[in-house]
Amino acid sequence: MSDPGDRPYAVQKLATGIESFDLIAEGGLPQNRTTLVAGTAGSGKTVFAVQFLAAGIAAGESGVFVTFEESPRDIRQNMRSFGWDLVQWEQDGILALVDASPDPEIETIESGSFDLSALLARVENAVRKVGAKRVAIDSLGAMFSQFSDQSIVRRELFRIAIALKELGVTAVMTAERTEDYGAIARFGVEEFIADNVMILRNVLGEERRRRTVEILKFRGTGHQKGEFPFTIVADHGFVVIPLSSIQLRQKSSEVRISSGNPELDGMCGGGFFRDSVILVSGATGTGKTLTVTQFLAGGGAAGERCLLLSFEESRDQLFRNARGWGMDLEGMEKDGLLRVVCDYPEVASLEDWLVRIKAQVHDFRPSRVALDSLSALERGGSLKAFREFVIGVSSFIKHQEITGLFTATTAGLMGGPSITGNHISTLTDSIILLRYVEAFGEMKRGMTVLKMRGSDHDKEIREFTIDQDGMHLGRPFRNVTGILAGAPVHVSPGDIERIWSHLDPEAGAEEPQATPAQSD
Amino acid sequence: MSDYLLKLYVTGKSPRTEKAIANLRRICEEDLHGRYELQIIDVLEDPQLAEDAKILATPTLIKRLPPPLRRVIGDLSDKEKVLLGLDVWPDPPAAAPGETE
Repeated sequence: MSDPGDRPYAVQKLATGIESFDLIAEGGLPQNRTTLVAGTAGSGKTVFAVQFLAAGIAAGESGVFVTFEESPRDIRQNMRSFGWDLVQWEQDGILALVDASPDPEIETIESGSFDLSALLARVENAVRKVGAKRVAIDSLGAMFSQFSDQSIVRRELFRIAIALKELGVTAVMTAERTEDYGAIARFGVEEFIADNVMILRNVLGEERRRRTVEILKFRGTGHQKGEFPFTIVADHGFVVIPLSSIQLRQKSSEVRISSGNPELDGMCGGGFFRDSVILVSGATGTGKTLTVTQFLAGGGAAGERCLLLSFEESRDQLFRNARGWGMDLEGMEKDGLLRVVCDYPEVASLEDWLVRIKAQVHDFRPSRVALDSLSALERGGSLKAFREFVIGVSSFIKHQEITGLFTATTAGLMGGPSITGNHISTLTDSIILLRYVEAFGEMKRGMTVLKMRGSDHDKEIREFTIDQDGMHLGRPFRNVTGILAGAPVHVSPGDIERIWSHLDPEAGAEEPQATPAQSD
Repeated sequence: MSDYLLKLYVTGKSPRTEKAIANLRRICEEDLHGRYELQIIDVLEDPQLAEDAKILATPTLIKRLPPPLRRVIGDLSDKEKVLLGLDVWPDPPAAAPGETE
């Protein structure tokens, strides 16, 4: 500040106000510069360009939109679905549209040399008229198809980029790409706005579209690297799912909440942590939905609001099951303590589900969120997209100081590896395994707390029963090994004593008797 | 009464502007025989007029009348293209009255 010379300042960032985009851009777009937004057809370039202005207007910064492609009428209409009323902003004098779209009614003939000074004069005029801080130009490719000499267009667009800098505005220019992985843009536009380049992709994989945004470079300033998934939804527009940025901000609390089952609380060392995510994994019918119902009823008993996202069972089925276990979810719903969202996972992409879940949480403000089941959602995309979804949803939940309970279904009836579990077990704070145990011609159910981050917990595999009052935990399976491996083997009590005495010669003889006495 | 209403959009007093005006005046005199009205608009002085007419390139010649509306861009050095834009078929060389001037 005290230096009067032309010592350059570091590149400043302009917070765009686009949800989560500023996180991956580490503050926003480079201020007073032009950023090239390149993408294939349908990758969301126009939405990004308009939203850049809409977010600016929300923050009190006027904007200018220059359209080279769509007619202003179409743009005004298309953007209404995102809640952006361009006509109102134009009337309020905070937005100006410069219409440089081709007019198919008028035939244009070229005779001799020309430049695009009129366009430049119109852009400058619009910027001054509304006092714009932001300019969006969409899209450059369409300008090249309006004139026969591309070198003139390239030179003139370069002049416009320079003029925008002199006007002190921050700008985005969109440009077409022919493929999602290839040259940055058509017509060599990156040659004249190469300082800042970001790429929007809309890749087809496993019959599903997946949108990602990548900041390729911000000259002179930092940004997050790599592709980040995003989605475009009504009323929000562009929503980026910033994986690496969100994980760092999680708080952790020592507050415990009840799982809804005092015995299970005991196994977890006094209950679940409030801002933690618990994974309940088990084969079909082992009691996952019961664990969820208990968790919700426990929340209801404590007067806490609960949100249930059910992807497998309908609301009526859930309520009927709960009644069968002596829990009244219907009453909770009537009291405003429970909201149930039931849908087929296939109705939306994983990115959209993440946005929907966030919207539900913001709207209902629950203390507990249960998701039954993650395995159903796993069908909704690639493993990578699924993993990103789980990271997104669990970090969001923790950040909101909400307790999350997710279920995952294992493939084999007796346990063994679960695909869901394999990919997300490191992301959750606690894991509860539910297993079938075959014992002397009978199917029994076993439960163990495999992991409880930040807390001591019961390491035993306990038998449990289900009746009209819900779940009852019983004694540990003392004489069975190999339950978690999915191959239970019965061991005689004599063998157990001998093993214990090998492991701990001092207390070996007493150990098998001592532990059951504790649990009574 | 003039048959042709022409508007020429230019930017400032650049050599290209001068060239376009000179080319246009010559064509008008030779082939429109004075039956025209020409307005010259400097978009640097009034950008809003360029906005209203959706002008991108300069110089741009717009033929407002007679219909249809036509647009010719460039310094108008290619006379045949200009006449095409004006929907004027040049007179046969022998009958051209302005030929000797």
